Amino acid sequence: MPEAPTIDTGNTAWLLVSSALVLLMTPGLALFYGGLNRSKGVLNMMMMSFSSIGLISILWLFYGFSVAFGDDVNGVWGNLGQYLGTKTFLAETDLWGETGIPLYVFMAFQMMFAIITVALISGSISDRAKFSGWLLFAFGWATLVYFPVAHMVWGGGFIGADIGALDFAGGTAVHINAGAAALALALVLGKRVGWPREGMKPHNVPMVALGTGLLWFGWFGFNAGSELTVDAITGIAFLNTQVCTAAAILGWIVVEWLRNGKPTLVGASSGAVAGLVAITPACAFVAPWAAVLLGLVAGAVCALAVGLKYRLGFDDSLDVVGVHFVGGWIGCLWIGLFGTSQISSLVANEGLFYGGGLAQLGAQALSALIVSVLSFVIAYALGFAIEKTIGFRVTQEAEVDGIDIAEHAESGYDLSPAGGGGGGGAFALAGIGTPSSKPTASVEEAEPVEEVEPAAPVEPAEPVSEKVAG
Amino acid sequence: MKLVTAVIKPHQLDGVKEALQALGVAGLTVSEVQGYGRQKGHTEVYRGAEYTVEFLPKIRVEVLTDEIDVDKVVDAIVTAARTGKIGDGKVWVTAVEDVVRVRTGEHGLDAL
Repeated sequence: MPEAPTIDTGNTAWLLVSSALVLLMTPGLALFYGGLNRSKGVLNMMMMSFSSIGLISILWLFYGFSVAFGDDVNGVWGNLGQYLGTKTFLAETDLWGETGIPLYVFMAFQMMFAIITVALISGSISDRAKFSGWLLFAFGWATLVYFPVAHMVWGGGFIGADIGALDFAGGTAVHINAGAAALALALVLGKRVGWPREGMKPHNVPMVALGTGLLWFGWFGFNAGSELTVDAITGIAFLNTQVCTAAAILGWIVVEWLRNGKPTLVGASSGAVAGLVAITPACAFVAPWAAVLLGLVAGAVCALAVGLKYRLGFDDSLDVVGVHFVGGWIGCLWIGLFGTSQISSLVANEGLFYGGGLAQLGAQALSALIVSVLSFVIAYALGFAIEKTIGFRVTQEAEVDGIDIAEHAESGYDLSPAGGGGGGGAFALAGIGTPSSKPTASVEEAEPVEEVEPAAPVEPAEPVSEKVAG
Repeated sequence: MKLVTAVIKPHQLDGVKEALQALGVAGLTVSEVQGYGRQKGHTEVYRGAEYTVEFLPKIRVEVLTDEIDVDKVVDAIVTAARTGKIGDGKVWVTAVEDVVRVRTGEHGLDAL
């Protein structure tokens, strides 16, 4: 009788940390997207991320994990009954494979991937999606697309097992998958009122940078955690994540410098995300120098790709397609070009530039194509069905006035004394009675102790902009 | 009585304030405003998309003064606000019919 498997405390500790890191990426994404959005829709933008945490965590626990990682049924999904409803539950000896990690921990780790993948999609539909429509879409897409695709790629399904495509941490299952769905939703919902004629510039660039920092920090758990154990592969996944991302910043800002004459922080942040996306599938399969090259290429190509929406006329508000879909494809194909068994024994066919021919490249392209089409078609159908039933788009009036007020009855910023300051506006409107706010106009009134007042006019400062002749 | 209104570059405010204080003008009103003149605005670029920002941040300074002192006040502002570069701003003078000090109800020159 074989010895009962024992828990590997080192691996388990690292995966618990990684799980928390991956969870942090979603609030990071909320800040990244929120800052890129206009101020009147910042809360709705962030709500779409936070609601993913709420909804997807529960779906994952009850049936998502079973579909994704239950025993393979037909190459497409896992045994639904295996962990359905989490049953009464697992024994202490229930570990995930040979890793020595309790199944509970693996379940939690993969839960965070499902959450952020759904949240990523929301960037393409900012300012105009009904929150109820979004929740319904998130529920449907996670169930019909993410859970099965995770199975196909990682859980023993046909993409990983039969086609032999490699996706270490989610280039295909996460980024291409979410990017294709984002494109579908952008098409279903249509353009924002005024786009592209009106400028819809980011309202808070420091928030974009903060979100990028949190994403980057969490991404170490995403990539290096995906090894599930702690070994040299964990190390190279970590290292490649860093150097590819660094190079992608440079790639993006070089394009900006040449094209617009100025490198920008939004560009550097976007470049970092593009690099993180691109290295995700390949981080454990390529040498660090190839990761640097990947970063430069992904940063530059994604910088050019975000302009596609203006040429093709679809309003992917925050460039989910340009960054995640395009970046995901580049990283996925990179394995076919630069993947080598010298880095990981998981690489069965050497990449093209290691003399392995086109076998791996073909498998990578086929897997990316299958997931792109599958996700796009189902997301489009789901979005279309929601639009035709409960409605997916808010009214034009709600969109112009601001979706935060219309859908959530709150606003991100209330800096005007007339508005109640500090968020009191809604109470004041509802007649709940906050003290009337004191005007805080910048008035300097010279009031000497002795009653001598030289020319000292006091006029209320007018907060309105005015044209200045001169 | 006159109202001297000046629209100046934000970083010239300290110099203007000091110049007016040196004249004995103890009170002034300052507000942040936006606008453009001959220099127009500037262009911002986000992910390759260009946005034209027409209105530039400026500071509006307002001083109520006696008619006798008005030229000195205008000269002080112009001298202190000048950098010689485009966008330095404008100063104009308008007539004021009456002024009331809120605290005491005094009118006219007494209220200055």
